[in-house]
Amino acid sequence: MNTENYISKYCQIENNTVFVNGEKLFELKDVGFSEFIKNAYKEFEIEYPKFFKMDNLSKLAFVTSEIILKDVCEKDQENDIAIVFANQSSSLDTDVKYQNSIQDKENYFPSPAVFVYTLPNICVGEISIKHQLKSENAFFVFENFNTKFITNYANQLIKSRKAESVLCGWVEFYQEKYKSFVYLVSKDGLLFHNEKNINTLYNK
Amino acid sequence: MSKNCYIIQTNCVTPLGFDVNSNFEAMLNGDSGIQCHKNSPLLGSSFYAATIDSTQLDVAFSKVECNAEFSRLEKMLILSLQPIISKQKVTPKSVFILSTTKGNITALENKEYPIEGTYLSVLAKKIALYFGFTTEPIVVSNACVSGVLAVAVANRMIQAGVYEEAFLVAGDEVSEFVLSGFNSFQAMSENPCKPYDKDRNGVTLGEATAAVYISSDESKIGKGSIKILGDGSVNDANHISGPSRTGEGLYRSISSALKEAYINPHQIDYLSAHGTATLYNDEMEAIAFSRLGLQNVPINSYKGFFGHTLGASGLLETVFAIECANRNQLIASKGYNENGVSQNINIIHKNAKKEITYFLKTASGFGGCNTAVVFEKIK
Repeated sequence: MNTENYISKYCQIENNTVFVNGEKLFELKDVGFSEFIKNAYKEFEIEYPKFFKMDNLSKLAFVTSEIILKDVCEKDQENDIAIVFANQSSSLDTDVKYQNSIQDKENYFPSPAVFVYTLPNICVGEISIKHQLKSENAFFVFENFNTKFITNYANQLIKSRKAESVLCGWVEFYQEKYKSFVYLVSKDGLLFHNEKNINTLYNK
Repeated sequence: MSKNCYIIQTNCVTPLGFDVNSNFEAMLNGDSGIQCHKNSPLLGSSFYAATIDSTQLDVAFSKVECNAEFSRLEKMLILSLQPIISKQKVTPKSVFILSTTKGNITALENKEYPIEGTYLSVLAKKIALYFGFTTEPIVVSNACVSGVLAVAVANRMIQAGVYEEAFLVAGDEVSEFVLSGFNSFQAMSENPCKPYDKDRNGVTLGEATAAVYISSDESKIGKGSIKILGDGSVNDANHISGPSRTGEGLYRSISSALKEAYINPHQIDYLSAHGTATLYNDEMEAIAFSRLGLQNVPINSYKGFFGHTLGASGLLETVFAIECANRNQLIASKGYNENGVSQNINIIHKNAKKEITYFLKTASGFGGCNTAVVFEKIK
């Protein structure tokens, strides 16, 4: 389905590599995710101390989004950018960590700082706070990236004038297995916003 | 030309009953599902929570399904949706939407259990397969707004022409996981929660499931059908675990929903609010409602009856708001005695009759999310 919306910028992070608009811009092999994402954060000159308190899913979603938004969001003015994210494992990576903190009654230490990240939409909140995006947002869970759903949902937000543009993405993280693919849908850009183009980019 | 969406059928499973009617009668009587749990293995200290009796659940479930290979939450979800499915035909244009925050999280307690068993998509597939859906199920997992956001999602996707009808089910369980988490936040009330009251001091957790059937087929409209007029789901962009002081996201969510509905705030006859009974949430809501000119609208929270049922709450409370509209009945906000918010809002303190045509459902949650949906009763 062709629409008059476009994909104006996209970013992918997987296998310790960052691709921006299809171009490999950063790679750091043979390190774990924490080390990799910290270095990606530095490489793209992101300055945001709250980043270091985030869980892995939020770090992944935040850095991928930040690479797109840092040049798009206008400072000191409202940016009507909706956020629509999805993944497979929800917040399971942090859920397991939290469960381990309450499993053993001899060693019981539930922490609110961990518990708050046992919801997948927290990463959307983190990105909204960074850019003061008081905008439409939703988090969905699917077995696989549901291109048809996300494409239609984003188009409907723009069509119904609930958002000017939409930051869409698949942000999956579970125990070092991760993949993020985030793209900005707006009125102008590189590629038509349709299922075919998104599938092509996602599978690259 | 956008299609209109209508809520045609509703159902719910709660500690107060396994259908809408029994729940509504219990609320009219002032009954609450909240009980004190002493010596529970779920938490080191005694606590209040609204839980479903597992024996009663099994008895009710055995009447619809003899296969026992379902978790407790799955049984609650199936029991909620089954009476709706029995009256409707699932087609290739039907979508199944599940709202939940934690799904089968209790499966994590058993380290031998495959991790896939806790996937929300696996839970959704299992329920979708049980009822014969052929389209990919959608899981809405957006903290405490999930249940009402699912209504907005169904409305939007039907308007986009992707589906013709949606079957929604929302559910969450009281578990050691969520009890210990809310307790670690020091967000749990020592007594049954008291939304908007001056003595409120936190949430009481609860468990429930709710189901709704939404269709764009106008030939299905009948007595009690409800039109979805508008929706909005806007983030506060303020704090991941605390509400905005100004209620900005909620204010904008309601504004967006009213704008789409072509409705003015003074036309709203009833507002089913979130009302978790934490100090900050209820205050934030009161500020947002006042800013919108909704302070005179009769408002209640159902948390005093059912506790906070997390991902289920928004849909469960939508089901009750619909029932209020169809009966022209306002239900007293349980636990409320004296205004404890800075704004002079109109909390319902006594059951009363009132003609309800337009009504509003709102919710807010962790991550700064908020959702509002405006409804109209079809005459």
